Amino acid sequence: MPEKTPGPDTAGTPHLEFRDVVKSFGDNTVLNGLDFTVAKGERVTLIGPSGSGKTTILRLVMTLEELTGGYIHVGGVPLQYEEQGGKRVRIPDKRRRRTTTDIGMVFQHFNLFPNMSVLENIVEAPIHVMGLSRSEATAKAEGLLAKVGMEEKRDMKPSQLSGGQQQRVAIARALAMDPEILLLDEVTSALDPELVGEVLAVLKDIAAETDISMLIVTHEMQFARDVSDRVMMFDQGSVVEEGPPAQIFSEPAHQRTRDFLSAVL
Amino acid sequence: MSTSWWSWDHAAAVLPLLLDGFKVTLLATVLGTLIALVLGLIVAIVRRSAPRVVSAPVTGVVEFVRMTPLVVQLVFANLVLSPYIDSTLAIGIWVLGIHYTTYMAEVYRAGIDSVPTGQWEAATALSLPRARTWRAVVVPQAIRNTLPALGNYAISMFKETPFFVVIYIPEMVRNAQTYGGDTFRYTEAITLAGLIFLVASYPTSLLIRRLEKKLA
Ligand SMILES: Nc1ncnc2c1ncn2[C@@H]1O[C@H](COP(=O)(O)OP(=O)(O)OP(=O)(O)O)[C@@H](O)[C@H]1O
Ligand SMILES: [Mg+2]
Repeated sequence: MPEKTPGPDTAGTPHLEFRDVVKSFGDNTVLNGLDFTVAKGERVTLIGPSGSGKTTILRLVMTLEELTGGYIHVGGVPLQYEEQGGKRVRIPDKRRRRTTTDIGMVFQHFNLFPNMSVLENIVEAPIHVMGLSRSEATAKAEGLLAKVGMEEKRDMKPSQLSGGQQQRVAIARALAMDPEILLLDEVTSALDPELVGEVLAVLKDIAAETDISMLIVTHEMQFARDVSDRVMMFDQGSVVEEGPPAQIFSEPAHQRTRDFLSAVL
Repeated sequence: MSTSWWSWDHAAAVLPLLLDGFKVTLLATVLGTLIALVLGLIVAIVRRSAPRVVSAPVTGVVEFVRMTPLVVQLVFANLVLSPYIDSTLAIGIWVLGIHYTTYMAEVYRAGIDSVPTGQWEAATALSLPRARTWRAVVVPQAIRNTLPALGNYAISMFKETPFFVVIYIPEMVRNAQTYGGDTFRYTEAITLAGLIFLVASYPTSLLIRRLEKKLA
C-alpha cells in the first residue's frame, strides 16, 4: 500500500482524466462531453440526483462500460480508446487489463465469489494477476483481513457473513491488488443501518493511512465531508459545481445543489 | 416345461450373456457421459464467448445434431466411418457422447446464464484474465446449479444404449435378441434385460434426487 503523503499532488500528471467523455445507452445520452481530472492521492466524491450518471462514471473507469466517445486516461495512459493517426482506436482487453490492475472497485452488493472462502476471494487476483506465490498472497491477505477486522473469518464462505462483514472482505479484496485508484459506489447502501458504521470506519482508516486516489459515490454526507478533498455535484451528466466539502455542503453556489442537499440531508 | 411362459433354465443360460452386454452398456454410458460433460462445457463456453465466425457454425452443428434422431445418427455415422474406424463400439460411443453433448451444452448454458453479472464485474474489477474468470468463478458456480440435470441426462443416455442394436454392437439388448433368435426364447432374455436396467438406473436416480435436495 502506498504510504500516506501530505495531500493530493495537483501539480503533476492527473491520476485520472476524463476528456470529452460521451456515454450513451441506446438513445439515452447519459454523459455528453464530460471533462474532469483527479489528482494523485485526491479523494473526490460525486453527488447528485438519481440517474445523473455517477455510477456510469465509475463503471467507465473500471471498464465495465464501453465509452461512446472521448478518452479516459489513467496516469497519462489511455484506458479504453486512444488516438492513432487522427483516429479513435479501441484498446484491446488485454492491454486494458494492464491499466486496470492499478484500479480497484468496491460494489454496492459486494460481489464476493460465493464458491470461494474469504481467504480465497482475497488471494485470487494477487496470485493470478500479480503473480504472487500462494504463501506471499496468504500473508498479505491475512494482514488485510486484520486491518478490516475479519481475521477470524478467513475460512468462512461469504454466505456465512453479515452484509457489513462481506463488504469489509470486499474492501480487503480490492486492497490486495495494491490499487492506486479506488472506486467506491454506494458501498453502504445495501447494508442494514447498524452495519454502516463498521464499513465507513474501515474506509476512513484507509483514507487516513494511504494516499490511494479515490472516486466515491455515497449518500453518507458526513463520510463525504470527512474523507473528501473535493466534492463534485452532478446533474444530467455534467458538473454543476465543485469545491472542498466545507464549501459545497455549507455554502453551495447553485440552486440545484441546494435543492439536492436539502433533499438528502 | 419348455412350453411354459417362463423357464428358469433359459433365464440362467442367458444371464451371463446379458451381463457381458451390460459391461458394454456401462462402458458406453460412462464414456459417453464423459464426452458429453467435457464437450458440452466447451460448446457452451464457445457459444457464449467466441466471436461469431466461430460460435455461429458451432450453433448450427449443435442444432442439427439435436434435431435429428440418435438412431439415424448411429446408422449414418457407422456408414460413413466404418471404413476408417474398426470398432463399431467406438463409433457408437462417440455418436452417443456427441448427441448428448448438445443437450448438456444447453444445461451448462442455463447454468452460465444463472451466474449474476456482478460476478463477471467483480472479476473485471480484479483484472482477472478471461480464462481464469471462467475457470475459477463462472464454471464452478454454473456447474453447481446443473449437476442434477447432468445426472439425469447420464441416466437417459444409459437407457438409450439399446439403440446400439441398429449398428450391431453387442450390448445387453442385442445379446438378448441374439439369444432369443437362437433359441426362440425371448421372454427370459428381454425381461431380465429390463430388470437389469431398472436395478441400475433406479438407485442412480435416487442418488441424483438426493443431490438435488442437497444443492437446493
Ligand atoms: N446498462 C444500462 N442500460 C441502459 N441505461 C442505463 C444503464 N446503466 C445506466 N443507465 C442509465 O444511465 C443513467 C445514469 O445512470 P447511473 O446509474 O449512472 O446514475 P446514478 O447517478 O448512479 O444514479 P443513482 O443515484 O440512482 O445510483 C440513467 O438514466 C440510467 O437509466
Ligand atoms: Mg448509482
